Amino acid sequence: MIKVGDIIPERVFYIDRALLKAYADASGDQNPIHQNEEFALSVGLPNVIAHGMLTMALVARFISDWSGGSANVKEFSARFIKPVIVPAGQNVDLTVTAMVVEVDADRVKLDCVARSNGVKVLGMSQAVVIK
Amino acid sequence: MINPDSVGRTFKGAESITITQSQIDAFAAAIGESERSVAPPTFSIRITLPEFESILTQPDIGVDWRRVVHGDQSFEIYRPIVAGDIFTCSATIESLRVVSGNEIISVRNDLHNRSELVVSSWATLVVRG
Repeated sequence: MIKVGDIIPERVFYIDRALLKAYADASGDQNPIHQNEEFALSVGLPNVIAHGMLTMALVARFISDWSGGSANVKEFSARFIKPVIVPAGQNVDLTVTAMVVEVDADRVKLDCVARSNGVKVLGMSQAVVIK
Repeated sequence: MINPDSVGRTFKGAESITITQSQIDAFAAAIGESERSVAPPTFSIRITLPEFESILTQPDIGVDWRRVVHGDQSFEIYRPIVAGDIFTCSATIESLRVVSGNEIISVRNDLHNRSELVVSSWATLVVRG
């Protein structure tokens, strides 16, 4: 029985430069801030950063796995509050958890939390799933 | 500066966009998703962001895409996207605010497979001044 306040156990995804390249190719978002360190620094970023939408896609995987499949995800939103910084040669974490905040029959609303290196990277991230 | 007359208007996107299994496979593989019968929940961004770019950078709207930062994103998914869907899409500029020299644009996209609305999404795009 799912109830308000339930926590979905934390899961860690890892992001490296190879994943940024794979996501760029799969999504069509070839913005150089996600691949080219020299360019990222030139526009004032601390290093190459992950696509916000890659972060969202991984959180979506977390919630779709919990709900029983992609088809069960009905709503999903997030604000990009801090970048996920991906230095060369490193595997940085994306640590995801979620809490049940509403239950209406089989519709469950979740508050999602995503951190990288201890820093919260998504704000006001909510999902509605069927479970 | 974005043309203020564009606020509240809906602009049509590409004539039609056909979703292939290989696009779904590539997107799912990149994020480690093994399910391939339907697209992952955020897959539609693959269509929406390029459409926003081509629509909003038209001279009569005037967004400089090189200065755009993605502020937030939300999706309502009425049914999952599958291979063979043929979408038409649109961009509606819902609001425009200027905050400390940055233009903040709220834009909505609707993806229709013929007359069926499949996904609506909203993005806040910040055009850095």
